[in-house]
Amino acid sequence: MSGSTGLLTEGQDLRIVGFLCNWCSYGGADTAGVARFEQPTDLRVIRVPCSGRIDPLFIARALLSGADGVLVSGCHPRDCHYAEGNFYARRRLEMLKQFLSVTGIDPERFHYTWVSASEGQRWQDVVTSFTERIRKLGPAPKMSGGTGYDEECLKEIAAAVSLGEQCPCHKEKA
Amino acid sequence: MRIGVFVCHCGSNIAATVDCPAVAEQAKNLQDVVFTTDTMYTCSEPGQNEIIEAIKEHNLDGVVVASCSPRMHEATFRRALERAGLNRYMLEMANIREHVSWIGKDKERNTVKAFELVSIAAAKLRNNNPLFANKFDVTKRVLVIGGGVAGIQAALDCADAGYQVVMVEREQSIGGKMAKIDKTFPTVDCSSCILGPKMVDVAQHENITLYAMSEVEKIEGYVGNFDVQVRKKATYVNWDDCTGCGACMEKCPSKKNLDAFNEGISKCTAINIPFPQAIPKKAAINPEGCMMLKKGKCGVCAKVCPTKCIDFEQKDEILTEKVGAVIAATGYDMFDHSVYKQYGAGQYPDVITSLQYERLMNASGPTGGHIKRPSDGKEPKKVVFVQCVGSRDPAVGRPYCSGFCCMYTAKQAILTKDHIPDSDSYVFYMDIRSPGKGYDEFTRRAQEQYGVQYLRGRVSMIYPKGDHYVVRGADTLAGTQVEVEADLVVLAVGAESAKNAPALAEKMRISYDSYGFFMEAHPKLKPVETNTAGVYLAGSCVGPRDIPTSVGQGSAAAAKVMTLFSKDKLESDPQVSSVNASRCVGCLKCAKTCPFGAIKEVTDRGGNVKAEVIETVCQGCGICTVTCPQGAIQLQHFTDNQILAEVNALCQAQLDF
Repeated sequence: MSGSTGLLTEGQDLRIVGFLCNWCSYGGADTAGVARFEQPTDLRVIRVPCSGRIDPLFIARALLSGADGVLVSGCHPRDCHYAEGNFYARRRLEMLKQFLSVTGIDPERFHYTWVSASEGQRWQDVVTSFTERIRKLGPAPKMSGGTGYDEECLKEIAAAVSLGEQCPCHKEKA
Repeated sequence: MRIGVFVCHCGSNIAATVDCPAVAEQAKNLQDVVFTTDTMYTCSEPGQNEIIEAIKEHNLDGVVVASCSPRMHEATFRRALERAGLNRYMLEMANIREHVSWIGKDKERNTVKAFELVSIAAAKLRNNNPLFANKFDVTKRVLVIGGGVAGIQAALDCADAGYQVVMVEREQSIGGKMAKIDKTFPTVDCSSCILGPKMVDVAQHENITLYAMSEVEKIEGYVGNFDVQVRKKATYVNWDDCTGCGACMEKCPSKKNLDAFNEGISKCTAINIPFPQAIPKKAAINPEGCMMLKKGKCGVCAKVCPTKCIDFEQKDEILTEKVGAVIAATGYDMFDHSVYKQYGAGQYPDVITSLQYERLMNASGPTGGHIKRPSDGKEPKKVVFVQCVGSRDPAVGRPYCSGFCCMYTAKQAILTKDHIPDSDSYVFYMDIRSPGKGYDEFTRRAQEQYGVQYLRGRVSMIYPKGDHYVVRGADTLAGTQVEVEADLVVLAVGAESAKNAPALAEKMRISYDSYGFFMEAHPKLKPVETNTAGVYLAGSCVGPRDIPTSVGQGSAAAAKVMTLFSKDKLESDPQVSSVNASRCVGCLKCAKTCPFGAIKEVTDRGGNVKAEVIETVCQGCGICTVTCPQGAIQLQHFTDNQILAEVNALCQAQLDF
């Protein structure tokens, strides 16, 4: 990781990718920033409209490409800006958790939670505790050679995870 | 592609903990980036002009702005791009303020993080496409939820501007809390004299449809085209025929029902009109008290009613309304002081809430405006007011200041002296908070002119002694414990969010805070807007507000609705899903998952089933994109390729350096 940029030095940040929904958790992270709630710097956030937009493939891709941890956060259940996006997210991400160990990834490196736009304090707690968890696990083992994953295989997993109504917990929201 | 990167210092907000010039310099190495710079305030006029000039000079076709949250200034920079002739969706933002400079002090780490956020923004931008908005019709009717003073003001303003208003009120009459209040501070105006005419205007305005005893059941649709279901609760009285004569109330034998309008300090009949100025002035039967509804015996009201409008068979009705905008003005509720065991937990009859005291002082209240103790009807000679009951007390989960209690307590103390000249009043307070026009003068008047004794300290205990009460508390200015004997104790209970506010917020798809108050789109700059387009807020549903602020917000929300309705067509957000028909296999899983019914089944020329997105209905959540097994339906601006580009940029950045 020591590079030619001149920006990087010792005591590097770990690589933690955050997928946050625009309406609640991204707002919550903003609220935490506005309140100057200090957080570890390891997390980099990718903004998506809804946690229901998060394809488990994105998370698998991040973890297989060298991310040390992935954090997903959406609106609290029943408070989704799009009515039910986070219910879909919950099913998909819960399924993904079961699959991760099959792909050789420590499921501890992945976490999903709910943070509302007003919960700056909670966001600070979530980021701090998840970063601590990943720091304890240390950097993810690096894949050697090639891209390190089979694209077709990942797509199959993603398709299985997004089965929708065939998933047993589908009825829960009804 | 030719990308320009603009790194904002935001004064010292970013530059203090991020090396902005280094980020800009480093960004030159990113693919397709041809121009980078760092500016003091990118959002300022010179900052925006710099973007516009750079776009023209360097022939840029995409821009990355690294500054504050896109929730703050995305719209600002998109407009700047448009002024330079670029499509507004060729902008990406890196949030290096809220997510970097404000949350970490390590400049080196922050600088690395800021650069990486710029690099993922650039990676996404390289996959962006110009998007174009469609136009759609707007229904120029507005739904106002809540008929308190904020809702009344909003409704009247919209109606006067010529728009149809549907007002939904949960209670039997509009007027809200203000209708219960005797006088208003600091002018000591008669509350119902200034509110009453506005309530009448609502009832008589040709553009306002009022549904009292009704609640919003469901809201579907989107800005400009909401479908609202209203539950009109059964009143057992046909309101079309009821004249509000009150003959039924005189004869009703069930006289011991809780009088909600009088805050429970008196009893009322089962069939009741809450107060003389009620709008609409119609009777309704409380099914819990009515003998006919409970036991099938009585029916006296039906016999005496001159218009024969009593209908014991009436059921709840569901009505549907189409509106283009929604104003929520659902107000607040009073804190339930029974959690304070040391104040008697609501068990002492002469320890009452401030709103109950308002009813005692009000000429239309149960005592005809004569202050009498609820226990024995005697006139109290010593009245003790206890402030901050359920305000500024983290122990009961109410750490916030309710804002108006200091003022109404001063008003009540003044009025007590007016009603009973030989009485003494004492106020236990933490601080006197009286910012507002004429407010501080008013609290001083209470002390200096009316001789109200202000004691700075909290009350530790209230206990009965003989036929009066002892209020024990601290006087922190004198540094002693004090005990004051009182004939009547008035608790200045704080405000809390209205019951079921979170459930209503979920129906409107807006956010609420941990206390249940609704969240504004921006606490400073968008105080009456929400994050859901077409839904606006007014009054105390956002947090405790006094009357002038509530009225101001009612008008502000109305102005926002009028701005919305000033256009005949609205532009739809082009960040919606679109189907690549050649990849679609017609499984229609997307249609089943769509929460908005925005995907329909079509048949192409070859007779194959395909999915098609109704663009104006799609809200852009992207649930369908994840569901599609073929990757055929893609949410524009958040496509798989765009998000994967961000993931790749982030995870492989370390390898590329």
